Amino acid sequence: MNTFSDSAATALALIAGLDPVLLSIVARSLAVSASACILACAGGLVLGAWLGVARFPGRGAVLTVLNTLLALPSVVVGLVVYLLLSRSGPLGFLGWLFSFQAMVLAQTVLVLPVVAALTRQVVEDVDRAHGEQLTSLGAGRLLRALLLAWDERYALLTVVIASFGRAISEVGAVMIVGGNIDGFTRVMTTAIALETSKGDLPLALALGIVLLGVVLALNALIAAVRRWRIGGKDQPLLLEGAPG
Amino acid sequence: MKLLVTVALVLAAGISHAQSITMASTTSTEQSGLFGQLLPEFKKATGLDVKVVAVGTGQAIDTARRGDADVLFVHDQAAEEKFVAEGGAVKRWPVMYNDFVVVGPKRDPAGIRGKDVVAALRKISAANAPFISRGDKSGTHAAELRYWAQAGLAANKGSGYRECGCGMGPALNIGSSADGYVLADRGTWLSFRNPGDLVVLVEGDTRLFNQYGVMVVNPAKHPHVKAADAQKFVDWITGPAGQAAIAAYKINGQQLFFPNAGR
Amino acid sequence: MSGLVQLNAVGVRFGGVQALQGVNLRVAAGERLALVGANGSGKSTLLRVLHGLVAPTRGSVLRDSAARQAMVFQRPHMLRLSALNNVALGLWIRGTGWKQAREFASLALGRVGLGDAASRNAQTLSGGQQQRLALARAWSLGPDLLFLDEPTSSLDPHAKREVEALMAEFAQGGTTLVFASHNLGQVKRLATRVVYLEQGRVLADLPAQDFFNSSLLGATSREADLFLKGELA
Repeated sequence: MNTFSDSAATALALIAGLDPVLLSIVARSLAVSASACILACAGGLVLGAWLGVARFPGRGAVLTVLNTLLALPSVVVGLVVYLLLSRSGPLGFLGWLFSFQAMVLAQTVLVLPVVAALTRQVVEDVDRAHGEQLTSLGAGRLLRALLLAWDERYALLTVVIASFGRAISEVGAVMIVGGNIDGFTRVMTTAIALETSKGDLPLALALGIVLLGVVLALNALIAAVRRWRIGGKDQPLLLEGAPG
Repeated sequence: MKLLVTVALVLAAGISHAQSITMASTTSTEQSGLFGQLLPEFKKATGLDVKVVAVGTGQAIDTARRGDADVLFVHDQAAEEKFVAEGGAVKRWPVMYNDFVVVGPKRDPAGIRGKDVVAALRKISAANAPFISRGDKSGTHAAELRYWAQAGLAANKGSGYRECGCGMGPALNIGSSADGYVLADRGTWLSFRNPGDLVVLVEGDTRLFNQYGVMVVNPAKHPHVKAADAQKFVDWITGPAGQAAIAAYKINGQQLFFPNAGR
Repeated sequence: MSGLVQLNAVGVRFGGVQALQGVNLRVAAGERLALVGANGSGKSTLLRVLHGLVAPTRGSVLRDSAARQAMVFQRPHMLRLSALNNVALGLWIRGTGWKQAREFASLALGRVGLGDAASRNAQTLSGGQQQRLALARAWSLGPDLLFLDEPTSSLDPHAKREVEALMAEFAQGGTTLVFASHNLGQVKRLATRVVYLEQGRVLADLPAQDFFNSSLLGATSREADLFLKGELA
């Protein structure tokens, strides 16, 4: 198809040419989404782990709400954060609207429930298996939650990667709170949306290819690091406690 | 190395406090490429960066009303005057005009080719030809509704009428794939990369002229607004330097915007 | 109260199921108490109430708070850490500095014969080795009271014997043992006192030699006698 081959060619030319505008947009996307991912994981991993072990009246309702937030449309998050950060809104004094901070805030709000809900499930499952032992050893609830989360760190790494993917691929939130300002808050996804609306489809698709390429490179890097860290050490037996 | 420097610059720009103002304007104006030409010259003259938030006219005015922008630069005179009347801005200055055109399929099934936009709409309605409206409260959409009203067809635009709730580019995309008629501003049309079979069929009707106005957001309502710097922009763009820059902007050798600040 | 743990009229209800009913039990220091009964009789629940993992829904539990406790489960719960670090973790949770915890852990590993497995990923050890590791972890805490929930039921005969030997060593060192077991040979070898549970009730609570005397047992509880005969058949 013409558009696809045009796009592939344009994408290669863009990457090879190291166009500074493109580079700055890519760098900004990575910075915004990585910051949001770090913040969301810092909060979401702990919150999710604690929810996995905690039992309190109303927990069921909290989990239902949390699972619902998994499906928050990014544009709704953008709208809510916009209303909060607007000068006419409660957080207007921060002056964060149409800035890097606003985009990070919006993506953090979007991604935190994802991290928390998935971590909760992982920790709750492993708590069923090992929780008693940790309690027997004297671990309080929060310590138990964190130890279990640490034990499941490889599964949670996947959660972290998924949350980064959710952040870097969204366009609704970052468009509304960032304003897609040229040279200031334009990121990959809003640039793609802009070029599409201008009718420059090959360029839009090329940017999409670049975005995917960047994320692919990142994931390949993570996989390589993992292989380096656990490769060569013993692999666990498939069956726990199998007669030896 | 280039990447590291770029990242550093991006981050530095993010946290630096370069002098800047925020301008709420429209997608069609930004996509015409005008700002790409004007704003660097403004910066050279005053040292001020202009951060452009480009959205639909309705959203732009709302942004100004909320105090989230310092300058408002749109093309819907009625809405702008209303904004001034409600105290959102102190004064409105005219800046320039561009024009709208009606584009449609080359073979023109409804036979609208000519110089009369109201007559064209009558023919489109009669033929129930596909017509793609932005339907997004933009200046373009407001103008389009005015022409339908002038044709007496506000309630009867024909069965081919479709609202997309979208920007100018996407509307043209839809028109191109649906072989429909679209009212577009000339600027977006000239820089549109995906015309397919569409050509300009109606132009030159004085009713199609689209007036732009600029305003400083009222600091009495929003004390944090950078009123002095915003006024610098207004003074520049309505003054000889800005007006000349506007006239000098061309696409494919064609002038898009006609300065008429008359100062 | 004297003794390490005392249950008074304890009942435990999970959802719709009455797991324990009207249990009165006192665990004295130095005992080796075995809990026996069919699956679902309440042995595991009773162990957990004694240890404090499960709160009773009726009745009360009195505990000697100075007595240190540890528990070993049917499946050894090892984290994705080395054998040494798994053992050290127990001490670290109790407040020992990590470096010192590792030193004590090293001693504990030697004690159970796993010294050269110290740096191996605990989950790559065999079931028997992991259970010995669990015992090492419990041992390193210096417990006065050690609970074991069917500690050898998933092990092969050789591993079973190794673990039993360790349990006996624990007891000789002064630790009170409370263990649930299906293995009556094991009960006979290790226990000083046997409690028989059926459907959440304690039906027999006798010194071990009396429990294994059929006429004495039959006089106390016909159900227990039937159970024992069935198990030994």
